[in-house]
Amino acid sequence: MAEVSRLAIARAMFEKDMRVELRSRVIAYQILPFAALVMVLFAFALDATNVLTRVAPGLIWLAVLFSMIIIVQRTFAVEGADGALEALQAAGVDPIPVYWGKWAALVAQLLVLELLLIVTAIVLYSIEVRAGGIVLLVTTAISATCGLAAVGTIYGGLAAGVSGRETLLPLLVLPVASPVLIGATRAVEAALGTGGTAMTEGWPWLGLLSVFAVAFGVGGSFAFGPLIED
Amino acid sequence: MHPSPHDATGAVIDLHDLVVVLGRYPALAGADLRVEAGEIVLLAGPNGAGKTTLLRVCAGLARPVRGGGSVLGFDLIRERDAIRSGVGLVGHRNGLYGDLSVEENLRFWGATAGASRSDVTAAATAMAVDGRLLTVPVGRLSAGQRRRVALAVLVVRRAALWLLDEPHAGLDAEGRDELDHLLRRAARAGATVVFSSHELDRAKSLATRAVPVVAGRTEISHG
Repeated sequence: MAEVSRLAIARAMFEKDMRVELRSRVIAYQILPFAALVMVLFAFALDATNVLTRVAPGLIWLAVLFSMIIIVQRTFAVEGADGALEALQAAGVDPIPVYWGKWAALVAQLLVLELLLIVTAIVLYSIEVRAGGIVLLVTTAISATCGLAAVGTIYGGLAAGVSGRETLLPLLVLPVASPVLIGATRAVEAALGTGGTAMTEGWPWLGLLSVFAVAFGVGGSFAFGPLIED
Repeated sequence: MHPSPHDATGAVIDLHDLVVVLGRYPALAGADLRVEAGEIVLLAGPNGAGKTTLLRVCAGLARPVRGGGSVLGFDLIRERDAIRSGVGLVGHRNGLYGDLSVEENLRFWGATAGASRSDVTAAATAMAVDGRLLTVPVGRLSAGQRRRVALAVLVVRRAALWLLDEPHAGLDAEGRDELDHLLRRAARAGATVVFSSHELDRAKSLATRAVPVVAGRTEISHG
């Protein structure tokens, strides 16, 4: 068999995951509305504009986290439906680029979700994005998303072969992802100037998010294969 | 098809005294198996006899606690990754993506194995899933058509050893005839096929040799 580069396998995995989503439209028709609904329900529950504006960054990332768990469950359900994940193992496909491809697809899907949630927050919670905070906001979104996707892909693979995975996955992911929730919330607060937070307070949190993303990205690359092995 | 770089005996599979424990129970209890290149070998036996486990050992997916040997010339214990890349296992599930078309599935699996677009076309033609079927989502195919797509994946991956667990299950009479025809053709093209089946009459007519598996042991280890 011809030697296949890891990049080629990762690309095939990424394209396959994106194509599956474009065909099934589960994220477009179910998960995006779910995330928007969570934001609306938060607005009903905290029915005071000043409170909503204050807590909007945290609510956005909570909605991202909940939605991500559903996306990860969905993407690994697709792998398990006809035994494709086991077939990848049986075919001796290098698990490292499989992880990279699934991670990249999850990043792309989460970034679309976050864009929707930020727009929803601007409309529902009356938050204002100041021009000077856009760079911090965007880099925070990218770093946090990379970290969340790294965690989601690792634990999605781990839970894929386990009975009761639907309930197990949130239990695994939520505690591990809590540093991202905290860091991303603080960084977005700084980017938006929520509660008078200075912009400079956001950069250290961005650093934490970047370290988290790199640590789980590298760790996940090597752990994914053993974790999905029977 | 894959070469057998370490193979000194000429056997595609040469396993001896395999013991595999699943949970607390031995699924294999001293099984031997030797298969030569180009053979179509039937593993025959009742449910729970160890046929599936033996196929999974051959695929490098189940690890024996005792015994050993080689598959495609690679050591069963130390070179499992090399074994996996030369073996194609189709179990009770096909390993396909229902939302993707036949062509998209084959292109995905081909990309993981370095296959070209022409390899994909040739594999689809070889397994009779070409023409208008190429654009049909796999989830809308019949059981027999899906099984043919799974076999086309083995062709596009250039698997030298085909391991098929109950390949006739869920197929109608026409689908079974077609499957037998495709497997014979694959063997003529150089693949070695080991499969399990309950339907002994049909399976024996396909196989060049049958190996009974009973209570985790193979009763005939050499053809």
